[in-house]
Amino acid sequence: MLEQNLVERVLNEALKSGGEFAEVFVEDKRSSSALFDDAKVEELTSGRDRGAGIRVVAGETTGFAHTADLSEEGLMIAARAAASATRTDGAGSQVNALEQVVCPSPNKVETFPELVAKGKKVNLLVQADEVARSQGAAITQVSARYGDSRRKILVANSDGVFATDDQVRTLFSISCVATGDSGMQTGRESIGRPIGFELFDDVDVEELAERAAHRALTKLNARPAPSGTMPVVIGSGGGGVLFHEACGHGLEADLVNKQASVFAGKVGESVASELVTLIDDGTMAHEWGAFAIDDEGRPAQRNVLIKDGVLVDYMWDGLRSRSEGRLSSGNGRRQSYQVLPMVRMTNTYIANGETDPEDIIEDTSKGVYVAQLGGGQVNTATGDFVFGMTEAYLIEDGEITEPIREGNLIGNGPEVLNQIDALGNDFDMGSPGTCGKDGQGVPVGDGTPTLRVTSLTVGGTAG
Amino acid sequence: MQSELLKIAEAIVSQTVAGEQVEVVAVHGTETDIRVYQGEIESFTAAESQGVGIRVVQDGRQGMAYAGSFDTNVLNETLEEARDNASFGTPDEFQGIAEPDGVESVSLELLDSSLADFANEDKIALAIELESSILQSDPRIIGVESTDYVDSITTSAIVTSTGIHRANQEGGCYVAASSLASDGTDTQTGFGYSVGRSPTQLDVAKASSDATEKATRLLGAKKAESGRMTVILDPYVTAQFLGIIGSTLSGEALLKGRSLFADREGDQVAPNFLTLIDDPTDVDAFTATEADGEGLASRRNTLIDKGALRGFLHNSYTARALGASSTGSAVRSYNSSPGAGPLALMLTPGVHSQPELIAQVGEGMLIQGVAGLHSGVNPVSGDFSAGAEGLMIRQGDLAEPVREVTVASTLQRMLLDIQNIGNDLERLPMKSSGVSIVVNDIMVSGV
Repeated sequence: MLEQNLVERVLNEALKSGGEFAEVFVEDKRSSSALFDDAKVEELTSGRDRGAGIRVVAGETTGFAHTADLSEEGLMIAARAAASATRTDGAGSQVNALEQVVCPSPNKVETFPELVAKGKKVNLLVQADEVARSQGAAITQVSARYGDSRRKILVANSDGVFATDDQVRTLFSISCVATGDSGMQTGRESIGRPIGFELFDDVDVEELAERAAHRALTKLNARPAPSGTMPVVIGSGGGGVLFHEACGHGLEADLVNKQASVFAGKVGESVASELVTLIDDGTMAHEWGAFAIDDEGRPAQRNVLIKDGVLVDYMWDGLRSRSEGRLSSGNGRRQSYQVLPMVRMTNTYIANGETDPEDIIEDTSKGVYVAQLGGGQVNTATGDFVFGMTEAYLIEDGEITEPIREGNLIGNGPEVLNQIDALGNDFDMGSPGTCGKDGQGVPVGDGTPTLRVTSLTVGGTAG
Repeated sequence: MQSELLKIAEAIVSQTVAGEQVEVVAVHGTETDIRVYQGEIESFTAAESQGVGIRVVQDGRQGMAYAGSFDTNVLNETLEEARDNASFGTPDEFQGIAEPDGVESVSLELLDSSLADFANEDKIALAIELESSILQSDPRIIGVESTDYVDSITTSAIVTSTGIHRANQEGGCYVAASSLASDGTDTQTGFGYSVGRSPTQLDVAKASSDATEKATRLLGAKKAESGRMTVILDPYVTAQFLGIIGSTLSGEALLKGRSLFADREGDQVAPNFLTLIDDPTDVDAFTATEADGEGLASRRNTLIDKGALRGFLHNSYTARALGASSTGSAVRSYNSSPGAGPLALMLTPGVHSQPELIAQVGEGMLIQGVAGLHSGVNPVSGDFSAGAEGLMIRQGDLAEPVREVTVASTLQRMLLDIQNIGNDLERLPMKSSGVSIVVNDIMVSGV
C-alpha cells in the first residue's frame, strides 16, 4: 500500500517535535451492498474509502490527524498536524528499524467479493424474498440485504512494527413483517463471516428466510411479556451479546483505568459463578470478529478474561498497555483510518458447560426462555444493562410454552455473572454483531451455551 | 470551498448521457475533537474529511456509488460504478432524482464566523474548565470519565441533471462530559453538555451542574415497586422518544406498510394541547439546515396539530409513489441514497417548569434516563419497553432514586396518555429538541 521507506520518513517527521511514539495507519476499503425491499431490488451501492491516520503520543497526550491524500506531501502534512498537539521541548524518540510482522490470518478467503458477478449477489436476495413470502399470507413485508467489504490495512509504528492485513467480510440479513389481528410483528435472521462469497456454499439463505418468517409469524400469536423479576434461561448462541455488553465492556482496560468499570481492581478476585469462563478470542477461524492483526499491528490473541469465576485479566490496546509496561492483548481496534484505536472486543463468549440444556428447562418451574436477544447497552461504571428480547417464550412447570412479545431484560453485569446457576453443553456462536463504543462500530462475534440466570428483571406490558 | 465542491459536482453531472439522471453530492468537513482527562489533553484530533456520492437513475432503476476522495480518476470510476449498479435495480416508475419544486429556501445563518477563528488553546481551555468545574462541584464526584470539546464545519454541494444546483455551509460545536459519583458504596454516572454555533455560546456552568446533579442524585438508587404510575420524562428522554415517533411518520415507513400511523391522517392521536413539528428552518435547532438531502428547500412541517395527525414526511420518491409532494425531508449522507425522515423535531412547549409539573403530579416518577430504547421499541407495532432510572416523586417533591426498572407501553398509547408539556425547551446535539412531558399510566417494573 505504501513503501516501507516512505512510511519510515513519515514516522520520523511525526516524532521530530518531541513525541515518544508515532504510528501510521493506512486503510483501503472497498465495499458493496445490495438491498431488496418491498419486492424490489431497491439499489446496489459501491463504496471506496482510502486514507491514513497518524498519531503521535507524548506523555499523556495523543495527537491525531488523518488524510485522504496518500502522497508524501499529504502524509507529511498530517504527521505535522498530529505532532503539533504534542509538541514538547527537544527531540523525540527514534524510529526503530521497521520489521515486517508475519502473521497468518485465521480466515481463509476463497472467492474475493469483487470477483463475484453482481447478479449472483442480487439473486440471493430474490431467492430469500420468495421463500419468506411463501411461508404464509400473513408475511406482508420482506427486506433482505447483502453486503461485502475488503479492507486492506497497513500499520507501522516507531517501535519498528510494520504489519499488513487483508480483511474480507460477507454478510447477509433478512427481516420479515407479519401482519395479524394483533398488529405487526417482525422477525430477523443474519449470517456473516470474515470470508468471501464461499460463505453461501455452507449457508442456505432460503433456510434463513424461512426462520425469519417463522419468527415473525410466531410473534403474531404471542402474548404480552410478563413484568417483574424471574429466572431467565438464555438459549445457546442467542444470548452471547449479553455477556459482551454486561461483562466484556467492563473488562476493557481504557475504562478500567479511569475507574469507569465495576471490575476495576478485581484481578484475582472471584467475580462470577464458578461455572463461568469468559474468553475473548480474535483468532477464532471464520468468526465475525476474527482477524490476523488488530488495527495497531498486534497479532490477534485468545485471551481468557474470567476463569472458573475468577477475574484473570482485562483486554488491552497499545496505549493502555504501554503505560502499564506490558504487551497489548491484540484488542486495539478502530472503525476506520479517521479515528483513534480503542480497546475493543473481538469474539467474546462463555465457554461450554456440562449440563444437558433440556435438564435446565425441566428444572425451571416458572420463568422466561430467551431464544434470541436483540441489541442492548450497558453503563460500564455501574454494570447496569438493558437488552431487547427478539424471540422469547414463557417457561411453565419445566416446559417452554407460549411465545411472548417484545420486551426488555434489565439487570446488572456483576450480579448476573454470580447468578448463573446452570450451564449447558450446547455451546454455539450467535449472529454477527457491530459493537458501538464512543460512536465507532467494529465487527464482533459472541457466543454462549444455554444457561440460566436465577433472577433478571423482565420489562413487559402484562401487569 | 462551496465553489470548489460545486465544480467537482458539475464536472460529473456534465457527463450525463441521454436516458439517465445523475445526482452528485460533494461534502467537505473539518472537525476538531479535544478530549481532556485530569487537567491534561488526552487526545487532540484535527480531522479533514471529504466524500462524493453519485446516484444514477436509468429507466426507473437506481444505482449508488461513493468515494472518500476528490480525485478525478476515482470519481469517474465511481460514476461508472453507479451506472453499473443501476442496471441491476428493479424498474420503479416512481424512482427518480428530485426536480426543483419552486419552494424558496429560507436563508439561515448557520456558520458563525467566530467558530473558525476560535484558537485551539481556547477550545482546550473550555474543556479543562468544564472538567475542573465538575470535579470541584461536589465531594461525591470521584472523577470525570471524559470531557470533550468538539466542533465541525461542513460544506456540501448538490448538483443534479434535473436542475438542482446549490451549496451550503453549516457549523456547530459542543462540550460534553461524563461524570462519576460515589458515596463509598454505590457508583453512579451522569452527563452534561452544551451546544452552540460558536464556542462563545457554550454554557459550561450548565453542562457542569447537569453532569454533577445527574450522577449525585442517583446515588443509593434501588429498584422501585412495580405498578402503573404517572411519569415525567426529562427533556433528553422526551427527545429520544420523539426521534422514534418521528421515524414512524416517515413516508418511507408509510410506503412500505411499516408505519403504525398508516391510514390515521386526521385522527386525534394525542391530546389537543400537543403540537409536533419538524422545523429545520428554526435556526436554534442544532440540526437546522437550508436544504434537505436532495437539495430541496427545507421547510417547517406540522406532523401533529393540536393532537390531530396532519401528515407524513416525504422525500421526492415517497411523495411521487404516494401521490403527495416532497416535504423537503430527504435524509442522507454522501454515502447513502436519500431516505425520508425528520430533520429537527420539536414539541410546542407548554407553560409550566419541571418543578411545577413535579408538584402537580404529586406521586410518580421522574425519568432521568432510558436505556435500550432502540432495541426495546418495535416501530412497526409500537410496543416498547426500556430500562429507566430516575427519582420517585412523592408528595409533589423529588424523593428517593431508583434504577434498574423498566417502563413499557405502546407509542400510540403513550402519545394519548400525555397529560402535560413543560416550558423547558432544550436544544440537544441530535435531531430532536427536548422538553419535559407528563405521561399517565405507564407500567413501571422493578422488583
